Amino acid sequence: MPVPDPVNIVAIARQFIEAIPHARTLGMDLTELGDGCATIAMPYAEKLIGDPVSRVVHGGAVSALMDTASGAAVMCHPSGPVSTATLDLRIDYMRSATPGQTITARAICYHVTRSVAFIRVTATDDDTASPVATGTGSFTIEGSAAWTR
Amino acid sequence: MRRGPPDPVHVVKSRRDGALAWLTSGIPYIRFLGIEFDRRGDELTAVLPFAATNIGNPMIPALHGGVTSAFLEVTAIIGLSWATLWEDIEAGREGPAALDPGTLPALPRTINFTVDYLRTGLPRDAYARARIMRSGRRFASVQVEAWQDNVARPFALGLVHLVMPSPIGQPAQ
Repeated sequence: MPVPDPVNIVAIARQFIEAIPHARTLGMDLTELGDGCATIAMPYAEKLIGDPVSRVVHGGAVSALMDTASGAAVMCHPSGPVSTATLDLRIDYMRSATPGQTITARAICYHVTRSVAFIRVTATDDDTASPVATGTGSFTIEGSAAWTR
Repeated sequence: MRRGPPDPVHVVKSRRDGALAWLTSGIPYIRFLGIEFDRRGDELTAVLPFAATNIGNPMIPALHGGVTSAFLEVTAIIGLSWATLWEDIEAGREGPAALDPGTLPALPRTINFTVDYLRTGLPRDAYARARIMRSGRRFASVQVEAWQDNVARPFALGLVHLVMPSPIGQPAQ
């Protein structure tokens, strides 16, 4: 069984995330990556507002961030997936993100099987003690280097 | 109850289209994703025109899962608001003419959102419709389905639970 090189996994995962057009459009910045954990920051922007009165970021933008962080966590799992896609994602919104603050999502890929990866993800703003949203999901694993078919 | 003859068709259409534009055009994130709404009577179909910036996996290429989930969530929130406001819009109590154009309706807030990705989102337009399963005084539950080429082959399904906004003039709970 070929064992993927951990440095290489992180490099591949980083390339995978940075090549995502929608992640670039949302201004996502990968701040931490490795060993099935990924942290991505999304700065506050006018275009992300979902409620023009309160100026709070739309839940959809938070979902997109959490989905991307989750995919990144799967990609950098030590099993070394070649690609991944979301199967399902459930997000609970605890509170509105404070307008003007960067939202950061941290995802953990806590288990993988031959074909499926399971993740947990949390989104916070500057008040890191009180999450904005939490989520759980499952992702496909495509062509993992750790498995021979 | 309305008295007298029904309004002419152009009056009815412009009232409904005006109310829909009033509800949706003020939200920057809807404009950013380029989501449009196609109306037939009170039935709404959300349309997400293809844009290169909505790609998640450039190798396939496929729509970003986050774009798909955002599209479903927008469809659910607008679909629920539209259904809630419909009676008032028809009676002329709600809409751009009834209120200060600067005043937008309070929107329902998402409690949680589950999305199932059934197929790859293809690099073309996507459509979605919301079905309100329950709409109470405080909470609502909305199912939403998105498709591309074939309406019978949805590529994503969503279930959204929301808190209803406080009626105008009442304090938030």
